[in-house]
Amino acid sequence: MTAGDRTGDGVPSDHGPPGRVRLRTESTPRSATPPSINGGGPEPTRAVVFDIRDMAVYYGQNCALADTSLKVYRNLVTAVIGPSGCGKSTFIRSLNRMNDAILGFRLEGRVLYHGHDLYGSGANRVEVRRRIGMVFQKPNPFPKSIYDNVAWAPRNLGMKHRLDERVEQALRQAALWEEVKDRLRDSALGLSGGQQQRLCIARAIAIEPDVLLLDEPASALDPVATASIEDLMHDLKHRFTIVIVTHNMQQAARVADRTAFFSLDITGPARFGTLIEYGDTETIFRGASDSRTRDYVAGRFG
Amino acid sequence: MSIASRLVLGESGRFDPTAPLTPSGNLRRRTVVDRTVRVIATAAALAAVAMLVIVVYGVFVRGVSSLSLAFAFQTPQGLAGGGIFNYLVGTLEVVALGATIALPIGVLTGLYLTEFAGPRSRVAGSLKLALDVMQGLPTIVVGLFIYGLIVIPQHVQSGLAASIALAIVMVPLMARASQEVLLLVPNSLREAADALGVNRWRTVLTVILPSAVGGIATGAILAIARAAGETAPVLILDSIYNPNQTTFDIFHGVPTVPMLIFTSVELPIPEAVARAWGAALLLMLMILIANIGARVWLARTRAKMAR
Amino acid sequence: MLFALCALAGLLVVVTLFDLLYQLAGDATPAISRFGLGFLGHTTWKPGFNIEGAGALIYGTAVSSALALVLATPLGIAIGLYLSMVASPRVRATVGPLVEMLAAVPSIIYGFWGLVVLVPFVDHLEPGLHDALGFIPLFGAPSTIGISVLSAGIVLTVMILPIISALSRDLFLTVPEELKDGAAALGATRWEIIRGIVLPSTASGVGAAVVLGLGRALGEAIAVSFVIGDVNAIHLSVLQPGSTLAERIANQFQGALNNLHVAAMFYCGLILVVIGMLTSIAARAIASRFDVNRTLGGGVL
Ligand SMILES: Nc1ncnc2c1ncn2[C@@H]1O[C@H](COP(=O)(O)OP(=O)(O)O)[C@@H](O)[C@H]1O
Ligand SMILES: [Mg+2]
Repeated sequence: MTAGDRTGDGVPSDHGPPGRVRLRTESTPRSATPPSINGGGPEPTRAVVFDIRDMAVYYGQNCALADTSLKVYRNLVTAVIGPSGCGKSTFIRSLNRMNDAILGFRLEGRVLYHGHDLYGSGANRVEVRRRIGMVFQKPNPFPKSIYDNVAWAPRNLGMKHRLDERVEQALRQAALWEEVKDRLRDSALGLSGGQQQRLCIARAIAIEPDVLLLDEPASALDPVATASIEDLMHDLKHRFTIVIVTHNMQQAARVADRTAFFSLDITGPARFGTLIEYGDTETIFRGASDSRTRDYVAGRFG
Repeated sequence: MSIASRLVLGESGRFDPTAPLTPSGNLRRRTVVDRTVRVIATAAALAAVAMLVIVVYGVFVRGVSSLSLAFAFQTPQGLAGGGIFNYLVGTLEVVALGATIALPIGVLTGLYLTEFAGPRSRVAGSLKLALDVMQGLPTIVVGLFIYGLIVIPQHVQSGLAASIALAIVMVPLMARASQEVLLLVPNSLREAADALGVNRWRTVLTVILPSAVGGIATGAILAIARAAGETAPVLILDSIYNPNQTTFDIFHGVPTVPMLIFTSVELPIPEAVARAWGAALLLMLMILIANIGARVWLARTRAKMAR
Repeated sequence: MLFALCALAGLLVVVTLFDLLYQLAGDATPAISRFGLGFLGHTTWKPGFNIEGAGALIYGTAVSSALALVLATPLGIAIGLYLSMVASPRVRATVGPLVEMLAAVPSIIYGFWGLVVLVPFVDHLEPGLHDALGFIPLFGAPSTIGISVLSAGIVLTVMILPIISALSRDLFLTVPEELKDGAAALGATRWEIIRGIVLPSTASGVGAAVVLGLGRALGEAIAVSFVIGDVNAIHLSVLQPGSTLAERIANQFQGALNNLHVAAMFYCGLILVVIGMLTSIAARAIASRFDVNRTLGGGVL
């Protein structure tokens, strides 16, 4: 198997013109085509949001992630799965330059966002994050009121017109409105963990980003809260392109259209994370071509 | 909740996701504000460092010409000649005695707070408050206190009185420093000793104190450096002494370096003022070097203990 | 046994504090019984005539400290922000200790330096200040030699700057990285993170740091005694000389004329203790959440 195969680059890629995006607007690109053994199924005919080419990330001398190329498609949920320590967080944090502040962080390869180099000299870090929002593993509400948590970023961005409505709609979209509408002025720190995480999602979508990155958003939550976050994904993907990291395979299978499996490369002397296989979620879970993927999704590994 | 509830509220802040990643909307203005703040903050830090340089340099250029071996090792001749040996010895006496009093009290208080008082203990809470208050006392007031307590009944100013006042200045600093280092001693050490059935006080003496001794020592050095430059207490308690003689009689006035500076500054004799600058430079260098050394050492001890 | 020793040491600390209050009150008794609480408001200080009042001293103490606070608070917070939010860890590790070094310089040196270097400089500055800002009473007619409340305020600024800077830096560094990341992920600039997240969540601690700095300024005797002039007068203009409680004791205690003069200075000391205790307790109360009274980095501030 070649690198080209496993990243699906063998199939003609698609920087589709806007017109073609609307050809298929159903939520999943799963087709009747039988899963192919050497890739992740057919390429979706959708606009490419991220085109990641030969990405490698170093923290100082240590290589955390290498040899990773994949495309993230518009209005799909793309899941990133893999054992812990294989660079999932590193990968997703590199998509909105959250790693920039880390001492010794270095990225090689290219990350194209709608064709623009995310790490190019013309790319403004703040602008990048304004377009590509992120929700973290641990809920991190600001020590402010529920309302101010959501309204803070829109205010910064000058979106002050009909702010109350914006806050309400963000909270509704995050399925939190009914629970908090009577206590918007209360501290967000008084919410339960699941509510806090949904607040963080509401906070992220209130500024209408283009992409939502979620790094194990449900890992600190109980099953009920997890289910409500998963439900959210289905609604949110109509509005946003979503990349979600999870170590929970059932979760990936439930929410994702496409799935990328990362693992540690232990063939050489240095251990580093790398993309093993990427394709339709169904393909990855039912007919993965790589034995490591099959072992992992079958629970025989990691 | 569905597509119908999507956010379409005004045009402000909207962007074309396929546009280049240059600032959109109000970001250009916000970046200007951000840069301005950073420049101001950087300038403030530079100003503080510049202030240090100006003070140190100001003392250095005025004092450096006085410095010599004779300056440090001769006693004064007349109002302006000779060195400041007796003042250095006096400061050493007073500060060393003060530290001797303060160190056990400070360390024992630190031990009490970390080893014997529970974390929620009210006694410990009041003791911490007392230490904070003591640390916040104006040092001139400490001088007045000891004046009433010792100098008035004894009818004589003395180096001893100054030592006790300096001890009061040092105790809270030493207690704090001990407490902070003792907190870094891993609990596993305590538990291991407890599990062997060793007495708590034996544990403290043989296990806990030894592993914290480096940190306590550096804390003590910092406190001593602080006390060495204290002028207000010696001014109140120890300002009457023979200026030309080396003395070891701490029950009477002992000359100290801060007092030399304090009394020489406004003398109309240029040589006396030059000597005061020399003394100021020497005092400042000793204090700054003690500070730097202690900090470097402390950082190393802490790194070692944190491991 | 060891426990008893430790408890004894702690007890000694507490007893010393109470004894200090008792002793000062006792030694101030002649002045207290003679002048009563009127001492606080009375502005005449004529030891030769057995008339003493601390009004002018309290005024001078308040004004010089307020001046220092007005200058050192924004500067100190800005330095704290620089060290915690702008500088790289390496720069932080060198510049931070340098700023803290300002607190290690003894007050006698600030006094000496202030008298010889700062006062002539302020003397040059004062006419310009008066011309530009003379319409504000605070910047009324300047003194002739630069010995002034302004000089005292500047010396105090330098002395409390490291306290406020280092404490606020430490406070800002306690703001969890997750919160700053969360804000950054919403497309906020560094300044927006500072204003929206860092400052609000540490405001009480910074307030306490400022109060601690204030306590230090109110009680500083030696450095101020060199540059303020010890003139018992209330001038609205900070360009005129003045006096403070602590500075008065440093200037006159050695040459006290009579017992009442000494007792009056003990009275001043008592006022200083009460102020000092109030600031320490206030700093603690404002920021019970933060441990601001610590020795910074093991350093002594
Ligand atoms: N801030 C960092 N500094 C240095 N190394 C890091 C940092 N963050 C992650 N790493 C290293 O990178 C590798 C991948 O970590 P991570 O991306 O967090 O994996 P995952 O999210 O899949 O568990 C790990 O070996 C980890 O130790
Ligand atoms: Mg992770």
